[in-house]
Formats: sequence, structure tokens, C-alpha cells
Amino acid sequence: MAGVPFLRVEHLSKQFGGVLAVHDVSFELQKGEFLGIIGPNGSGKTTLVNLITGFVRPTRGRVIFQGKDITGKMPYTIAEKGIARTFQMVRLFYNLPAYKNVIIPLCSRRVRRLRGGKYGEKDDAAIDLLDDMGFERDSFVPYKNAGSLPHGYLKRLDLARALALRPELLILDELFSGMSMSEVASTLPLIEKFNEEGITIIMIEHRLKELFRVVDRVMVLNFGEKIADGAPSEVMESKAVKSAYLGVDVEVEKA
Amino acid sequence: MEKEGASVRKKRLDRGIKARADTIFAVASYGEILYLLLPRVIPVGLLLALPLILSGYWGKVLVYACMYGLLALSWDFLASCGLFSLGQALFFGIGAYIAGIMNHYFHLPPLITLPLATIGGGLISALLLSPVMRLRGVYFAMVTLMLPLLLMKGIETTGAFGGTHGLSNLSPFTHDTFATYLAVLGFLFCLFAFRRVINSDYGLVLRAIRDDDRAVMSGAINIYWRKSQALFISGAVGSFAGALMTHHYQFLGMSAFALDYSILPVAAVALGGQGSFAGAALGSMILVPLSETLRALGGLRIAIYCGILIVSIIGLPEGIFHFLERKYHQFETMSEVK
Repeated sequence: MAGVPFLRVEHLSKQFGGVLAVHDVSFELQKGEFLGIIGPNGSGKTTLVNLITGFVRPTRGRVIFQGKDITGKMPYTIAEKGIARTFQMVRLFYNLPAYKNVIIPLCSRRVRRLRGGKYGEKDDAAIDLLDDMGFERDSFVPYKNAGSLPHGYLKRLDLARALALRPELLILDELFSGMSMSEVASTLPLIEKFNEEGITIIMIEHRLKELFRVVDRVMVLNFGEKIADGAPSEVMESKAVKSAYLGVDVEVEKA
Repeated sequence: MEKEGASVRKKRLDRGIKARADTIFAVASYGEILYLLLPRVIPVGLLLALPLILSGYWGKVLVYACMYGLLALSWDFLASCGLFSLGQALFFGIGAYIAGIMNHYFHLPPLITLPLATIGGGLISALLLSPVMRLRGVYFAMVTLMLPLLLMKGIETTGAFGGTHGLSNLSPFTHDTFATYLAVLGFLFCLFAFRRVINSDYGLVLRAIRDDDRAVMSGAINIYWRKSQALFISGAVGSFAGALMTHHYQFLGMSAFALDYSILPVAAVALGGQGSFAGAALGSMILVPLSETLRALGGLRIAIYCGILIVSIIGLPEGIFHFLERKYHQFETMSEVK
């Protein structure tokens, strides 16, 4: 698909009552890119994710994925096309064992198609995925109810659930919030590996140090508007970003 | 537990059968096979034998209990994907009216009207409720509570299909025993089929929808299509019960949409326990005969009936079935405390 951008967001806006959560945001993403989105709390990052994945309908603007208009489509239709996401507040099936959580996307038509028309052995596939995420297959962890797992595991379970869909675009909404340093350290290389394997990734993160280590490009949102977009080093030098994050007149230490 | 006898303590342990996976058990002896089989074989055997023992009035009560059992199962199935209905009477009434109309106006025999009503009732229920499928919790419950009343009033005012008088002299089943067995077998089939389905991947998706429908959507699964399938299955089971009842009583009236058919199945599930289907089945097998036994007491019947329900819900919120299941799988020993 030469010439057609992988993901194209055009003048996307969302108004909640009197609040403009996202205002006229446009950007393009190429296949295989690794984009970071940062911004202060309430700057519209999660709303942007919800707009792209269909959980919220935009007031204005369009989202075009692989040349097809997906604006306002149902979340499952968009997921079917290959956009998977994690949730900032993890959304899991707490009454089901951890590995059964991963089986849900394995029951979708998309996965059956990618597996050559067969569903295959779902339990094994789920446990393989979880094993990569640090849920050791020989321990009790993958078989415990999701509700009884610690927070760091829940975040990684959410990631495994998103990956089970075999996405082409993976959107990570503050995956690292609430994770311990060692969990972040072990998860980050995994995410880099997915990107090297060809999955395009959008990552929303407050931990800038970790984010800047992996992304190619950073986009900054403030009050719903895009205020910067470019290589990490350029973006952090920009006046607008400094003032949004720290107030004007403060020197930013290089990350 | 006590201070002075602190050297001995009561311990509850799970009687383990080693499970290799969800479906593969390492069963070592006949004892273990019996341990797994008896709780299934005894109730099934009892239910299959009862139609031969009971006759007349209590035979009718058995059919009645199976009917409510089917409604309770259909309620539990719908609840497993997060749709809490207060309108099983809708499914029951639709099935009853389809069977009655087919029989009265087109003179079709019960053996044809029954499958027609089951499938047609499922389809109509799913179509009627699909616009409100997106509602959750109490909003869905309210709509399902209203719909049977709406249909009932519609029939009353327009006088359609016999109006307030209903349709009588419908064809009965050839034998009473045949009808009883149809009810019992339908009930048992439904119970075991639902238990199987809910543990399959199909049922897993339904249970996940109940837990978090947005997470299911992000897994590329069309939750509304799944919910309408659940509505169809639940509606079909309820309609089967309604159609069976119509032919058994040889009468069809507005009472098929009565509130009893909505409330009693929910009460049965509350008594027996939600989520396992066996609880719903057990609950209706207790409640219906109990209500018939209390009939002699007249008005006091409802009061006693409600009292029993309240006590059981407060005392055993998990439901009788889950309590019994837990006790069956546990044993108690005294162990020394060092």
C-alpha cells in the first residue's frame, strides 16, 4: 500500500458538553513506527485513544486506517481490522482465570482468519503468550483468577490480551503506571521486540525516561491540542512543551 | 478454636480429585468415579422415575416444577452474559401464544406446534429485546418487566386471539405420561446442555461480556451479536415451556404473560444459587412443590412462602446448591495445634 499512510487522523475533535477534550488533532503514522504520546493529565490522550479505537465517537474529523475510513465504527469492527489496545484502568475479566482472559480475543474471527481458518488449541496459545509476559507456565500464576493477581500482573495480562489479537497497530495507554521498576525493565524490551517484528505502536506514557528510550517520535498534547510532534530530543527543547509541562522560565533537564 | 482446648482445632479440607486440566481428571478408583457420578445420577434417576410414581394432581405439579425449572434455567443463561431479566413471562407467553394460535386456527398437532413455538418464540424474543440489548442492569430489567404487561394489555383491549376469554379446547398430548416425560426430559436436557455450553469457549465469551463488555469488544468480538444469540437461546427455552403448558392445560389465555412467570424463576435462582444452572434447577424443584403444599393455607401461603425465601436469601446468599456443593467437596478433621 505505497503512498497510503498506515494510520491517518484528520482534524479529530471531541466535545464533552462544554469541554473540548480533543481539539483538531491531525497526524499520520507509517507502518512500523513507534509513536509516543505525552501530555499533562487531562490533555486528551486517553480520549484520543478512545476516538481511534471506536469507544468514543468524534464530534468532527476522520480516522483512516490502512486506507479505510474507520471513523465512528464499533470498537469490535475496528479491533477486527487489527487495532488492539490496553486500557489505562485495566479492564479484565476478574472472575476468570488469567489465561482464560487471553482466550477471549482468540475466539474472534480475526484470529481464526490469521490462523488459517482454524481456531486451533486456544489454551496452549494463551499460556504461550502469558509465558512470554512473565506468567511462568509451570507456576500457578496463569491459572489463578485475574481478580487475585497483583497490579503489575494485571497490566501485563491486559497487554497479553491485546497481543492475542495479533494486531497491526497496538495502542498502549499508560501501560507502565503502577508497575514496579523491575516489571517495567522486563516489559520494555518485549515491547521493543514487538515493534521490531513489525507491529506499529502508539504508546501513551508518563514515564518519559523509559518512553524516550524506545520511541522514534513523540507527540505532545495539551488541553486537547497537539503542541509538538517530532523526534524526542527536538520536542523536549520546544518552548511550548516546556511551558505546558513545567510552566515557563524553567530549564528542562535533558531526559 | 476455644481457648482452653487450644491444642485441637477443626480443619476443613477440600476433597481433592487431581485435575490435570479443566476437562481431564485423573480418576483412580471406582470410589472416585462414584464420587463424581452420584450427585448427577441420583437426581436424574429420581426425576425420570417420578412420572411413573406420581399421578393426577402431583403429576401436574411435577410438570409445573419442570416448567418453572425451564424458565429459571433460561433466566440463569441470560444472566450469565449480564442481561438480568424480570420478564421470563415474555418468553413464556410468546411460546404459549404461538402454540395456541397454530393449534386453534391452523389445527396443527402439538408435535408440530411445539418445535415451531420454540424456534419462533426464540426469534421473536430476540427481535423484541434486541433494541434494548445495549441497556445494562436495572434498565434492561425494567424493559423486560414492562413488555409482558404491554402485550397482555394489548390482547385485552383489542380482543385478539380470544382476548380475555382466551382459546380453549386446544389439542392435548396423546398421553399424560408422555407430556410429563416431555417436560422432564426437556428440563434435564436444558440443564446439562447449559452446563456444558457455559464451560465451553462460547460460554466463556458470554461470561466475559458479563464481567466487562468493553474489554470483549476490544478483542474484536461483536458483543451485540453474542447477546442476541443468548436472547434467542433463552427465549427459545422459555417459549418451549410456554408451548408445553398450553397443550398440557389445553387452554391459552392472557395469564401466560402473568407476573408469576417472571418473578418465580428469579426467586428459584435466588434460592438455589446463580451461575451454575444446577442451582436454578434445584431452586425450582424446591419452590414449586413447596408452594403447592402450602396451598391449603389459603392467603397465608404467600406470606409463609415469602418468609422462607427471605430467610434463605439472608442465611444462604450463595444459594442452596453452592452451599451443598461446597460441603460435598469438603471434609472436616481435627488437627493438633502446636
